[in-house]
Amino acid sequence: MLEQQRDYVLHTVEERGVRLIRLWFTDVLGSLKSFAISPAELENALEDGMTFDGSSIDGFGRTLESDVLAMPDANTFEVLPWGDAKATEARVFCDIHNLDGTPFEGDPRQVLRRNLQAAHAAGFTFLVAPDIEFFYFSPPEKGQAPVPLDEGGFFDLTTTDVAGTLRKQTIRTLETMSIPVEYSFHEDAPSQHEIDLRHTDALTMADSVMTFRLVVKEVAASQGVHATFMPKPLESVQGSGMHVHLSLFDGDENAFYAADDPYNLSPVAKHFMAGLLHHAAEITAITNQTVNSYKRLVPGFEAPVHVSWARNNRSGLVRVPITKRGNPSATRIEFRSPDPACNPYLAFAVMLAAGMRGITEEYELPPEADSNLFEMSESELAKLGIDVLPQSLSDSLRVMEQSSLVQEALGEHIFEWFLRNKRSEWRAYKTHVSAFEHDRYLRVL
Amino acid sequence: MLDQLVVYPDPPPPDLARTLDLGGYRWKAVRSADDAAVHEPAAGWTGAIVACDTDPEGAWAFCRALRKRDGPTRLLLLLSGSQLDQLELRDDLFDDFCLTPFHPVEVEARLRHLLFEGFSQVKNETVEYSGLALNVDTYQATIEGRPLDLTYMEYELLKFLAQNPGKVFTREILLSRVWGYEYYGGARTVDVHIRRLRAKLGEEQANLIQTVRSVGYRFGQSRWGS
Repeated sequence: MLEQQRDYVLHTVEERGVRLIRLWFTDVLGSLKSFAISPAELENALEDGMTFDGSSIDGFGRTLESDVLAMPDANTFEVLPWGDAKATEARVFCDIHNLDGTPFEGDPRQVLRRNLQAAHAAGFTFLVAPDIEFFYFSPPEKGQAPVPLDEGGFFDLTTTDVAGTLRKQTIRTLETMSIPVEYSFHEDAPSQHEIDLRHTDALTMADSVMTFRLVVKEVAASQGVHATFMPKPLESVQGSGMHVHLSLFDGDENAFYAADDPYNLSPVAKHFMAGLLHHAAEITAITNQTVNSYKRLVPGFEAPVHVSWARNNRSGLVRVPITKRGNPSATRIEFRSPDPACNPYLAFAVMLAAGMRGITEEYELPPEADSNLFEMSESELAKLGIDVLPQSLSDSLRVMEQSSLVQEALGEHIFEWFLRNKRSEWRAYKTHVSAFEHDRYLRVL
Repeated sequence: MLDQLVVYPDPPPPDLARTLDLGGYRWKAVRSADDAAVHEPAAGWTGAIVACDTDPEGAWAFCRALRKRDGPTRLLLLLSGSQLDQLELRDDLFDDFCLTPFHPVEVEARLRHLLFEGFSQVKNETVEYSGLALNVDTYQATIEGRPLDLTYMEYELLKFLAQNPGKVFTREILLSRVWGYEYYGGARTVDVHIRRLRAKLGEEQANLIQTVRSVGYRFGQSRWGS
C-alpha cells in the first residue's frame, strides 16, 4: 500500500509541475506548523522522513534530544488550490517520529492514532462531524475591540455581500481539498458564520479541521478580512463553538443505533454518553483550552453549562439529534462544549477515551434532563445530580490534573507539558487588570 | 534453474512446498509484501505463488502489492472451489489460477506455461469516459482536459469505477476491491470518498457517479439504458 501511495505522490508532483511541498504538522496547542521541501527531496522524505529541530515547537521540546523526524502521510497529499498557478504547491500531513522511528510522544496526531487504535481493537471505528462557528472582522488593531463586517443594526448590502461571497469561496476551496461541507449559514451574531462538515473518520477529520481553519483565514485575508476562531470575541453576543457529532461504527453497522429503543440508542451509545458525561469536567481543559473559552460557557448564549443530556434541549452538554426517518446510519450524539480554538487531534482523542471508558466500565446513563436547566436553582440541580462544567481555565486544569483517563489518553509527555503551559497562561491572565475593573472600581473605590 | 519464485504465505501449505522442492524450483516463502521486497533477488522475482486458502484477505493484499511493483512478476493463485467468486473483478491481480487440492503436475504445468513466454504485461494506459480521462501509468486524471487534483484513494476509486462503467457496486465490494482488506475505516469510507469525488468532478459531471438506492454506486449510464 505504502509503495503505491508513494508512487502516486511522486508522479503527481512531476505531472502537475509542483514546485514546493509543504510538510504540515500540529503542535500541542493546535497550531498548524509547516516547512517546505523541493520536489528533489520528496522521494527521500517519503522514504525516511525529514529531520528537524523540534525545540522551538510548542510541546515538542525535551531535555535530551530535540531532533525529531517528520514522516509524510502520503494518503494526505493534496495539491493546494491557492497561490501562483505557475508555481504550484502541495501539502502533506506528517506524523512525527523519534529518530529511532518510534512515534514521538509530543505529536498530537500520534496521540489520536493511538486512541483510535484502541477503539479499533475493541471493534469500533470513530466517526465525527464538527459544526464550526467563526467570526469575520475588519483587520484587528491592537487594543481595539473587534469590528464586525455587518455591524450597525441596519442592513448593509455591500458588507453582507462580502461575507456571503467569502463563505461561498471558502466552501468551494474546502471541496477541492477533499473536505465535504454539509451546511453553511450566517449565525445569530453579527458577522458570525457556521460551516458544518460531513462526517468522516476522526483522524481525517482532525486533519480537515486544521485545513479548514487555514482555508477560512486565507480566503478571508485575500479580501482584507480577518476570520477568527476565538471562542468569545464579543461580550454581548453568542460565542463560537465547535459542536461535534459522534458515532461509533462496527463494520457497516452503526453501533449507536437500536431499533427497539425509544431513543433509537443502543447500549453502546448509552454507555458512551455516560462516559462522556462522567469525564466531561476532566476533558474540558482540552476541548476548551483558552482563558477566553470559559466566557462562552455561560448561561443565555446557547452554550452548555451543565453536565446533562437531552434530545432537544440546547442547554445540555450532550444532545441526541432526531434523525430523519429514524435513519440508522445517521444516529449519533452531539457533544456541545468544544470550541474551534481547541487542538482537534487531542479533543477527539479525549472525547473518544471518555466514551470508551463508559463502554468498558458499562457506566449507567443518567436520566434525560429535558427541562430548562438555566431556570433551576443550584439546590434543584444538586437534587437531580447535575453538575456544572468547570467555570474557568484554572478550574478545568485542576480537574484534569487529577484525571488518570486524560493522562492515559494524552500520554505523560503532553499531559505534563499542557498543564505547565496552561497554568502559566492562567497566571498571566490573573495578573491582568481589565477594563471591567476600571469601569467598576476606579471611581467608586 | 535460475527462476526465483516468491511464495505466500509463510509457512506455505506443505503440499505446495513439497511440489516445488520436487520440481527443483528455487523459492522463498514470505509473510508480507514488505518481506518479499526485503528478500527480492537482484534480478527480481520471476514468479509468485499465492495460496488463498488460509488467509484470503492477506493473500489479496499481497497480490495487490505485488502488482503495483515495477517488476513483471507472473502470479499464480491457489484457491479452493468455494472461493471462485472472489476472482470476480480481480482479473488484474493474477495471471493464472489453480484449484486446491491441486495435482502437483498441474501446478508445475501452469508454472512452466506462465514463465515460458517472458514478461509481456499488457496495460491499458488510459481509461476514458464522457470527458473524463485517467492515465493509468502517470496516475493523472483530467476532465474536459482540465487536471483533476485527487488524493490517492480518490484516484483509485475513480479508476476502478471508470474501468467498469454501467455496473452497480455495493459499498462492500468497493471497499474490498479498491481499498483492500487492510483498510479498516468501514463502508462509510466509501460514501465519504464518493461525496468528495462528486464535488471535485464539478456540477456538470457530478452525476457520472450515481447512487443506486439501497444497493450502492454506478459509474456512467446503466447498460440497460435506465
